[in-house]
Amino acid sequence: MDLLVPEIGLLVWNTIAFLVLVFLLGKFAWKPIMKGISDREKSIDEALNKAELARQEMARLSSQNEELMKQAREERDQILKEAKALKDGIVNEAKNQAQTEGAKLIEKARIEIENQKKAALAELKGQVSALSLDIAERVLRTQLDDKAKQQELVNNLLKDVELN
Amino acid sequence: MDYNRVFVSKVRRVIVVFTLFSAFLGFRTTAFAQTDSVALSVVSAEEHVATEEKKEFDITSFIFHHISDSHSFTLFGHGEHGFTLNLPVILYTDKGLVNFSSAAFNHDDNGTVVVERNGVRVTKFHGKIYYANETPDAHGAYVAVDAEHHATNVRPLDFSITKNVFSMLLSMVVLLVVFIAVANGYKKREGKAPKGIQSFMEPIILFVRDDIAKPNLGHKYAAFMPYLLSVFFFIWLNNMLGLVPFFPGGANVTGNIALTVVLAACTFLITTFKANKYYWGHILNPPVPWWLKPLMVPVEIFGMFTKPIALAIRLFANITAGHILVMSLLCLIFIFNSYAVAPASIFFAVFIGLIEFLVAFIQAFIFTILSALFIGMAVEEHH
Repeated sequence: MDLLVPEIGLLVWNTIAFLVLVFLLGKFAWKPIMKGISDREKSIDEALNKAELARQEMARLSSQNEELMKQAREERDQILKEAKALKDGIVNEAKNQAQTEGAKLIEKARIEIENQKKAALAELKGQVSALSLDIAERVLRTQLDDKAKQQELVNNLLKDVELN
Repeated sequence: MDYNRVFVSKVRRVIVVFTLFSAFLGFRTTAFAQTDSVALSVVSAEEHVATEEKKEFDITSFIFHHISDSHSFTLFGHGEHGFTLNLPVILYTDKGLVNFSSAAFNHDDNGTVVVERNGVRVTKFHGKIYYANETPDAHGAYVAVDAEHHATNVRPLDFSITKNVFSMLLSMVVLLVVFIAVANGYKKREGKAPKGIQSFMEPIILFVRDDIAKPNLGHKYAAFMPYLLSVFFFIWLNNMLGLVPFFPGGANVTGNIALTVVLAACTFLITTFKANKYYWGHILNPPVPWWLKPLMVPVEIFGMFTKPIALAIRLFANITAGHILVMSLLCLIFIFNSYAVAPASIFFAVFIGLIEFLVAFIQAFIFTILSALFIGMAVEEHH
């Protein structure tokens, strides 16, 4: 069986050649290749991890931003609300003040009017009394010409006095 | 050995089934090869008897000439009419080293030409070199033959650079050039995407690492990567070169038992020397009832050797069988002696040739994965 009996020469050459091949490939090819591949895999893993971290950081930052925006909006609303309340307060106060001031003015005016009225009335009274004195004088002057009538007048006056 | 843990994972189960299958396939083909070689000797004996008549096309010797080693590399043509690359013949004879070019045999393969160097007379008979007899026999051959037409002369130790050695050295150079170029790519573009031949080889290297080494060797894979990668690419390249019908292919390197024996021996030596105490414990003190131990220990020791032997036979038989198949299909044309057979013959030869491309890869893969499996069994830790 020729096929199944290895030739000694071939065995020797094959052994030498294969061992040399394994040695040379191992030293000059497989070592740098496996190192290159594993280094690259490591760097890719690292890069992916870093990207993942960056993504998480970004998400964290953006959620923080969201939070800040929300806070800012709330603060703005708060400020607006306060400003509105302040404005309302001021307006109301002004209104009240205006009202009281107005009321005061009206009161003053009323008092003034009253005073003026009183003064006018007093003046009118004075004039009326002066006028009536004048009239009475004239009347008296005419009536005192007659004695009987004088008497009658005095009597009437006395009656009035008694009544009072 | 307790093979149950081999069957634990489904992947391994598939691998083991496939291995057993291909092992049986291998043995079957060798059985065929044996009958073939018997037929060969019968045919060549008949042929020798009818040597004066123009002999018919001898398919068996034609195919066996194709798949066996040779002292010269025929580029094209045949014999004196072709162009042949003469390779150096190196002999270790009883009178020391002798070397000369195979051109000295003048294309003779029947022992009719005697070459005399340094007082050593040798002749070539059916691809092998023998010490020549003093006088030729009736057919002009300087070798004595027995009834089965095998030469009975003594042979010098033949360390010639034969076709197989030449082809293997060539594949070594190719592997070195290619993979050193790939390695330079990794050095030059450190941490960057692969480019050119580097990007072609990287998936295959990663395949060997991730699908062959890691599943079988676990975290210890790194130490065995150089061996596994070398074996894988060496077998694959030589399988493919064997399928190329012309120079620089054509040599049947991986279909020669001498190479597969060397490769299997390497796996065996690594397995044996890297084995830990659990492996030896399994062999010398298998976990079986005490009364089975006298039976199991020899079986386990036997198993240590059958694994690499199966490894060697499988690769050899598969590649040889493929070559025989393709050659036989092409020879159908000459057997029927008709051009009409040619289309069918070529169709089937191309079909088998395509399957052989697949087989070239699969056999490299199987050899590597089984090597990894055997080494993995030897270095596996038990807790």
